[in-house]
Amino acid sequence: MTAAGNPALDTAARPTRGGRRAGLSWLGVAPFFVYVGLFLLLPTAIIVVGSFTSLKGGVTLENFSGINKPYMVKAFTNSLSVSAVSAVAGAVLGAILAYAVVTGRPNGLLRRSIMSASGVLAQFGGVALAFAFIATISTVGFVTIFLKDHGIDIFANGVWLYEAPGITLIYLYFQIPLMVLVFLPALDGIRPQWREATDSLGGSTWHYWRYVAGPLLAPAFLGCTLLLFANAFSAYATIGALLTNGGTYVPLQIQALLTGETEQSQPGLAQALALAMIVIVVVVMTLYTLLQRRTTRWLR
Amino acid sequence: MNLRYRIRGLGVAVAALLLVAACGSSSGNSSSSCGASAKSAADCGGMSALVTAAKAEKELNVIALPPDWANYGAVITGFTAKYGITVNSANPNGSSQDEVNAFDGTSNAPDVVDVGQAVALANTAKFAPYQVTTWNDIPAGAKEPTGLWFNDYGGYMGIGYDSSKVPGGAITSVTDLLGSGFKSKVALAGDPTKSNQGLNGVIMAGVANGGSLDDVSKGVDFFKQLKKAGNYVPVVGTAATVKAGQTPVLFEWDYLSTSHGKDVSTWKIFVPSNAIIGGYYSQAINKAAPHPAAARLWEEYLYSDEGQNLWLKGGARPVRMAAMTTAGTIDKTAAAALPAVSGSPQVPSGDQTSKASAYVVANWSAAVS
Repeated sequence: MTAAGNPALDTAARPTRGGRRAGLSWLGVAPFFVYVGLFLLLPTAIIVVGSFTSLKGGVTLENFSGINKPYMVKAFTNSLSVSAVSAVAGAVLGAILAYAVVTGRPNGLLRRSIMSASGVLAQFGGVALAFAFIATISTVGFVTIFLKDHGIDIFANGVWLYEAPGITLIYLYFQIPLMVLVFLPALDGIRPQWREATDSLGGSTWHYWRYVAGPLLAPAFLGCTLLLFANAFSAYATIGALLTNGGTYVPLQIQALLTGETEQSQPGLAQALALAMIVIVVVVMTLYTLLQRRTTRWLR
Repeated sequence: MNLRYRIRGLGVAVAALLLVAACGSSSGNSSSSCGASAKSAADCGGMSALVTAAKAEKELNVIALPPDWANYGAVITGFTAKYGITVNSANPNGSSQDEVNAFDGTSNAPDVVDVGQAVALANTAKFAPYQVTTWNDIPAGAKEPTGLWFNDYGGYMGIGYDSSKVPGGAITSVTDLLGSGFKSKVALAGDPTKSNQGLNGVIMAGVANGGSLDDVSKGVDFFKQLKKAGNYVPVVGTAATVKAGQTPVLFEWDYLSTSHGKDVSTWKIFVPSNAIIGGYYSQAINKAAPHPAAARLWEEYLYSDEGQNLWLKGGARPVRMAAMTTAGTIDKTAAAALPAVSGSPQVPSGDQTSKASAYVVANWSAAVS
């Protein structure tokens, strides 16, 4: 707490008259720390403690051995692969869209409309998104029925909407806009003068991308991809609403373990799974922060 | 008038209010011995004393009771109309485990629960023993001897289907469902790894395919084949999905399935004669019920002729059905409207259910994903 608080304290105290204000400046950040404590640190602590607690109340490592069961491993591989695929696809498509936006006029209609649409769509997840897909391209969705009436059966080889391809498609709906939002600042940081400099030194477009823009944008691109990965990995409500039965994904397994009514309710194992998810997200976000630091060194 | 007097006046008013509130609650508890210790209506000094004590509590907390589930909507309105007690219904679509999880010791905790057998057996320490007046009509195997839980209503696992959407307009055997005419049509009414109803659907499919109550593996295999044929839909069937047409073939308790008839006029129910799986839900009273007398009166109402006939009207088979048929108090029209069943029903025991559950949890994901 003190380490985090000191810089804020110093900057607040410096421009004004004396030490007396320093005591009060804490008040300004207090709500933030209370909020973080109550909604981030406390739940994490409860999960950590719970994952090491047995059903009878003692300390145990048993919960973690439960993760090793084949269906739990499968839940993790499913979650990780859907997150990875949707992150990479979202990053590539989002970056292309962002580049298109950057090459347009800075305050043009295209940029403004894509930015506001992205802002809305990046948050358009959860039950509403799942319902949108159920209403359009599920087995009884109107698009499916319309196509069927015209001789096209999109589910001729099985209902892929509830499988990995379908979930990836649905996730792309919020992954691409998010990529546009987080990648655009990096693209904005690329100066036209660098391109001109490359040209005047006799470089081709390939040289420009390979030796100038590419290396500059790579850390930002990878960082954003990691952010997208964490975003998909932690998503719960969308698949929760879509796959109400038998979804082998980690968040759904946690839900099943907490609410199961057939003697399979195991809160300890659920918390162990949650802890494993937290560890994965922490690793990913640490890499993201490191890459962001590298990005900001060049693009200001 | 100056401010100081006003504030003092306010203080007196608040104190008076607190005093009244305190008196109100203490008189509610001390007027009879209908507290958490009453093991029968006789302990309260008879039914009328129980009714008086329950009315003084004014409210009853229930949880996870969907209005269209076995006629619960009518049961709740009937109870309120008869005794003037407000019923607070929380989380109507919750699971049996959610119900017990809500025992948090606050005044909002459920007074009574309606749970599947597994949850009832696992949580007896949280329940208060109580024997309703009609206790002797409940068969011995359908209740805990001291009254910690007692079965209430049930039915058979069936396959409800929209006859306009299946080949030939009828289902005559469970293996029909593997046919190509059932592409992405077959669903369960619960996730079998966590829902009692879903699990019984798999047990039924197992028994129908040469398994037994002790061997659910055939049921899991059956759903694996369904999945391979592209016929399985990974969506929990509800009134909404049936109405939308997303789950035109649904493994479901027969008494819950009948309610889809009002949305889909071509809805029919098939109970395979080689696999009649029965299941009952149990009532239990929270040991720390915030409204102990109302909780006990609620059970009396559920097990009265009136309450039992309300289940029957909802298509469920009330636990006192045999006794009421003998006594002639059963609603004969409602009894005749139950789905026709030929063959002998089997009811999985607690042991069989937990063994089946453990197998399904370990093998379900591999089978259907």
